[in-house]
Order: sequence, then C-alpha cells, then structure tokens
Amino acid sequence: MLRERGCRELVLLTTCNRVEIYGCAEEDLETGDVANCLRVNGELSAEAELRSFYRHENRDCARHFFRVTSGLDSMVVGETEILGQTKRAYEMARARGHTGPVLHRLCQRGFRVAKQVRTATEITRGSVSVGSVAVDLAEKIFGDLRGRKVLVLGAGETSEKTLRALSARGVSDLRVSNRSPQHAEELATALEGIAVPFALWLDQCREIDILISSTSSETQLLTPALIEPMLWERPDRPLFVIDIAVPRNVAPALNDMDGVYLYDIDSLQSIAKERMELRRQQFAAAEEIIAKHVAGFWEQIGNSLGDDFTTQRSGTRAIAPALRPSESQAS
Amino acid sequence: MEMCALKLVAIVDRHLLILSTIFFFAAVVRSVIALRARLFRRSRFNFVMIALGFALQTMFLSVRGHALGRCPITNLFEVLVFLAWSIALIYMLVGPAYRLSLMGVFTAPLVLLLQLFALLTPIDTPHAIQVMPNPWLEFHASISIIAYGVFALACVAGAMYLVQERQLKTHELRSIFYHLPPLPTLFSAMTRLLWLGFALYTAGLISGFFTGEPVPWKKVVLAVAIWILYGAILQGRYHRSFTPRRIAALCVGAFAAALSLLWSIEFVGHHA
Repeated sequence: MLRERGCRELVLLTTCNRVEIYGCAEEDLETGDVANCLRVNGELSAEAELRSFYRHENRDCARHFFRVTSGLDSMVVGETEILGQTKRAYEMARARGHTGPVLHRLCQRGFRVAKQVRTATEITRGSVSVGSVAVDLAEKIFGDLRGRKVLVLGAGETSEKTLRALSARGVSDLRVSNRSPQHAEELATALEGIAVPFALWLDQCREIDILISSTSSETQLLTPALIEPMLWERPDRPLFVIDIAVPRNVAPALNDMDGVYLYDIDSLQSIAKERMELRRQQFAAAEEIIAKHVAGFWEQIGNSLGDDFTTQRSGTRAIAPALRPSESQAS
Repeated sequence: MEMCALKLVAIVDRHLLILSTIFFFAAVVRSVIALRARLFRRSRFNFVMIALGFALQTMFLSVRGHALGRCPITNLFEVLVFLAWSIALIYMLVGPAYRLSLMGVFTAPLVLLLQLFALLTPIDTPHAIQVMPNPWLEFHASISIIAYGVFALACVAGAMYLVQERQLKTHELRSIFYHLPPLPTLFSAMTRLLWLGFALYTAGLISGFFTGEPVPWKKVVLAVAIWILYGAILQGRYHRSFTPRRIAALCVGAFAAALSLLWSIEFVGHHA
C-alpha cells in the first residue's frame, strides 16, 4: 500500500511494545496514510488516535533508529534483544526486496552503532531485573549453570520468574516444595521439574546448589544451626540462597558462613536499581557516539547518492516516517 | 677494569629497567582511574603495556647477562627483576589461556612494586669477584625464581578470588565485579598454578643439591619450609576444612611468606 503511495524503501520493525515503519519516499507521506496501513479494519480518522503516533524525518529518523538499535529507546534501557529484532526486520525487508541504498546503509550503520555503544559504554552491562540479577550472581558463584540443582520453597511470581531465568541459562534439575502439595505439583509440572514433600525440603540442602525461598512462613525456616552439618558434607560446593519472602525465611547470619551466599529481595532490587542508574549515567556517552554516526551517515548517503539524493532531500525527505503507536495500542 | 665495565653496564641497563617500570606504571594508572570512575572496562591496554614492559625487562636481563657472562641473578636487585620478569612471562602465558586477562590489573601493581623496590633501594651491588659459570647453580636459581613467579600468579588469582568473594558477600558489586571470571574459574586457575609452581619449586630444590657447592643448611631449611607450606595448601585443597576461600587466602599469605624468604637467601654470586 505504501509503495503505491511512493514509498521506495520500507522496513517494518515490530516488537512486544513497538511497531515502527522506516521508509524512504520521494513524495511526502501523511502520517495518517502510514498509520492506516497498520489498521486491519477501517480508516484511522480520529485525530486523537493519530496523536498517539510519532514521526521522525531525515536526521532525526536516523538518530531515532540508532537509539533504538542501541537499546536507548527501550523500556529496559540497554537491553540487547532489540538489536536482534531490528536485524530480523531488516533481513525480512531485504528478502522481500523492500530495502534500497538508503535503508540498507541506515540499518548497517545502526548495527555498527549498537555494537560500538555496547563496547564503549556500560549501558548494557549488568542486570536490571531481580530475576536476571539472581542469574548473574549464580553464574559468578558457579560458573556454568548446566547441571546445577535448584529447589524452590513456596510458590510465588518472583520465584517462578527467577526459576525460569535460571532454566533459560541451562539449569535443568528443578525441584519444588510447598506446604500445599497440589501447588508444588502444579509448578513442578509447569517447569518440568519434580515436586518434593514439604517435610523433606531441608534434606534437599545436601544436594542442591541454589535455594529460592518464598514461603509465607512467619518464622525463619533456615538457620546456621540447621545448615551447618550439611555444609560439612559439601566443602567445595557453594550454596546460593535467594530469600524472596517477606518476612524473611532465612536467617541473615547464614551469609556469614563460608561458601554460603544469601541475597534477599531488597539486596537484589538494590543491585538492579544501581545497575539501571549506572546505565542512565551512560546515556551522554552513548548519545555522543550516536550523534557522530548520524552525521557520518548523512554525509555517506549524500556522497553516494549525489544530486539525486540532494534533490530528494531539498524536496521532501530522504528518510520518512518512523511511526510507533502508543503502548496502549500496541499488541 | 672489570668493575668499571660492570658499573657502565649497570648505568645503561638501569635505563631499560626504568622504561620498563614506566610501562607497568601506565598499566596501573589506567586501572586505578577506571576503578575509581566505577567504569571498569576490559581493554587491551593493560596487556600491551605489560608486554612492552616485559620486552624491556628481557632486554635488561640480556644486557646484564652478557656483561656477567651468566644468568643475571647474582644479587637481590637482579633476583627481584628476574622475579618480576617471570611474573610478567607467566601472566602472558596463563592470562589468555585461562581467559584471565583481567589478571593484568592485579599483576601490574605487583611487578611495579618489585621493580620500584629494586630501583629505589641500594641493592644493586656489583661483585668484586667474577663468578664462574655453574650450569646446575644457574638452573637451580632460575627455576626456583620462575617457580616464585608462578606462585605470584597463584597469589594474584587468589586475590581476585577474595575480591570477588568479598563483593558477593557484602552485596556491594563494583564495576570490576562484572569483569572478573566466575569463582570456579579462578579457583581452577589457582589450583593449576599451585601445582605448576610446586613442581618447578621441587625441581629447583632438588637441583640445588647438584650444584657442587657446600650445602647452605639455613637456606635449605627455609626453602623446605616453603615447600611444605605449598604442599600443605595443595593437600588441603582436598580436605573438607579448606574451603576455596581459605585456599585463596593461603595462596596470598604463602606468597608473602615466600617473598620474605628471598631476604634470607644467599645469592648465587655469594656462593663463589
């Protein structure tokens, strides 16, 4: 549809919270026309709805794209998944013959910018969610997570997320224990693990590497006196304890024991927050890199496309709209 | 006449050593700045600086060795430089192999301290008597010092382990934390270095009896004490009460003890 309206090049980028169209057109394209292409049914006429789209042109569009590939425009600043998504979007457009000299250069440079931002700044370094912080710490403590044994005590959303994050990094021996055997079975089945009777959970500490505790118990379930005899049986195997419960299930004194690393939800959140702050501090350095590349890109396409491009640039636009519906509209 | 020639060589080669020290200093400064800014990033700068420092150390030892007509470990000054050279050499061999390039951050200050101490103290005293070359003695001395270099790297790996372990325990994760290898990797490197150092040290100890020199019993007792200390650490590795953190702390402590032993050693030149 957009081709019919004079759009020579086109890349459609869709992620879980973003739909963007990058195009290169000789004639001016109305935002409404582009937005209508995204509508399955009917015309997008209401002005209010149009306002939820945004539009960048020329250099601003290049800058926006570089910020997107670098993760600066992401909900979780510095996340790297977006780079893979933009690469897939570009590949799809290229395979269908929708890319040309301008968007090809824009995308290739965008990928380079993302790489440079990643290596020259700390913007992608460290985890910014509780689950990924726990996984990062586990990798520091154990190295390779494959073959590690994890026991989840109690069932909650955060513990499930953490367990899934660990599972994604290779942990395959998952055990679940809960006061309610039914809940334990359900979670164990969902995670392809095994359910352990609640009365036997403490014995598991002889074997497991990671304990995630999130029961609603009012008293401490794990104390140094309880764990000490078991640690004696596993001198060179550390134990990573993640206490997500409020009030705490694990005595803080456990962290003073050799080979035991105890983190509660506050510590994990505090690390995640600190890393996010550090990422934000890197914004200026990342923006500087992007500004240089925007200038370089503009010069590059100006040089290679010559008069033809200059005419287009002075006429309407070389790179036309990048449109993204607001989050409420995105699906 | 010989004394004059040796003094002249000392003046020339000292410049090489000063230049080498500057490279190690640059590596240390870069690491300190990055750590203070809490923006530590992996870079080749450290490795390049250490490699350049090592090249100049090698030139120093070569010039001095040619002048002496033997392995340049005839006084405390030369022993310290040879030790610093061994540490840099082992770092460059071990660092990339175990993906422990970050070791440079910890290795450079150690080498810098050794070379600064060697340069700033009046311990570079040329010998009045020309020492006759003795291959067994040179093998014994050089292999022992290289063993020290390996123990130094085990100490560095131990320090890296302790730094990371401390941050994990206190929950205060500095920017360097994200660049340190995982604890098991460091522990494995530490153990391998201990075994390598122990093997070299044993070879050095045994070869000492084949030098044809009178046996310096005081030195032998101290050297055997260090040998037993490292042997005990390696045995402790397989004992329940020796947790990895304790092994790491012992690696650091044992190297400090071994280094202090250097003071009591009668150097090769003194045998003559």
